[in-house]
Amino acid sequence: MYEGVVQDLIDELGRLPGVGPKSAQRIAFHLLQADSLDVTRLVSALVEVKEKVRFCIVCGNVAEAEQCRICSDPRRDLTYICVVEEPKDVVAVERTREFRGRYHVLGGAISPIEGVGPDDLRIKELLTRLADGAVTEVIVATDPNLEGEATATYLARLLRPLDLKVTRLASGLPVGGDLEYADEVTLGRAFEGRRVLDV
Amino acid sequence: MALYRDAAIVLRAQKLGEADRIVTLLTRQHGKVRAVAKGVRRTRSRFGARLEPFMIVDVMLYEGRSLDTVTQAETLAPYGDPIARDYVSYTAATAMLETAERLTEEREPAMQQFLLLAGGLSALAGGDHEAGLVLDSFLLRSLAVAGWAPSFHDCARCGAPGPQRAFNLASGGTVCPSCRTPGSALPALATLELLAALLVGDWDVADQSLPQHRREGSGLVTAFLQWHLERGVRSLRLVERV
Repeated sequence: MYEGVVQDLIDELGRLPGVGPKSAQRIAFHLLQADSLDVTRLVSALVEVKEKVRFCIVCGNVAEAEQCRICSDPRRDLTYICVVEEPKDVVAVERTREFRGRYHVLGGAISPIEGVGPDDLRIKELLTRLADGAVTEVIVATDPNLEGEATATYLARLLRPLDLKVTRLASGLPVGGDLEYADEVTLGRAFEGRRVLDV
Repeated sequence: MALYRDAAIVLRAQKLGEADRIVTLLTRQHGKVRAVAKGVRRTRSRFGARLEPFMIVDVMLYEGRSLDTVTQAETLAPYGDPIARDYVSYTAATAMLETAERLTEEREPAMQQFLLLAGGLSALAGGDHEAGLVLDSFLLRSLAVAGWAPSFHDCARCGAPGPQRAFNLASGGTVCPSCRTPGSALPALATLELLAALLVGDWDVADQSLPQHRREGSGLVTAFLQWHLERGVRSLRLVERV
């Protein structure tokens, strides 16, 4: 145990995800030895992020204004909505430069074992956005794991009565991998989603 | 520290660090085991979807002090995909996994629970019976394996031959008029017949049951389960009944 503020700093750092007691101690001593300008910059970044960043009222993505950069961009296609679990998934899809529509962040996936049901996600907000009929396709881009698949199944069932196309991101073999190491589910999906070769 | 191999059902997967997961496995020989699956969240992971909940796998584990480490995994039954494609089955199967996790202890062999859960997941994935019935049958039978077999015919307290009508949670099932205590339920006779059929796996009777008896039966099963477990089963609240 250290004394006073040093221990307080170690305790606070130890509360961060993925930071154990030893890592917290290492970071604390790094900060103690660091230039005070660097530490001030870190402190102001932390304060600023809490003061300025909020959630977009339209899609639920992180934003610095009432609407995020994507929702307030008039060049984005209003007929497509890509549904993702977390704001970090928006960044992942944006990196592809393939999608020009808008997003909807659910805030997680349905996981009954963790006590997360459909009512705990931003599904009602999605239905409200679809009510005016401007959207023609909803692309479900939840994680390709069990909770993500179940959430996609739930959304597909919920959106079926609406007059729009509901699609799911394809899943299959990773580029650069070996076929023999693919698991049965992934390989099965790859077969299911095979495409005609245009030569 | 030893390396061992076993068949296992993946009960739960929790994120750990950058790309790892802690998986809770119900193994055939070694009971419940918690193990680290390194790099499993990366898209190029050699484990792929093999360590997702509902999967039955042949695993090689390296024994650790508190957590084991998964070194290899081969699929024995890929139930995850068909179950996740049907939301009603998914919620029922999740409640089955959580119950199995609660009724088993770490490193205490529980082969009957393993076989029961494997059978239940197989029935859900194959769509053999209505998901709610499969769930209730699993809950009753896993409670019976854990030593809390309910009675749906004779008196659970004095053994007076049935059919008895009143159902009392604290007494462990149906009770005769002299053993009956205030607060006992009076379910329909057909509901008790359905529950007795689910307990022994008589699917001819169970499949022909009426919706109102299924609803009443599932209410009794849920109450019976919650009575015997110290904490409630969270996923039961989110189970969709047809």
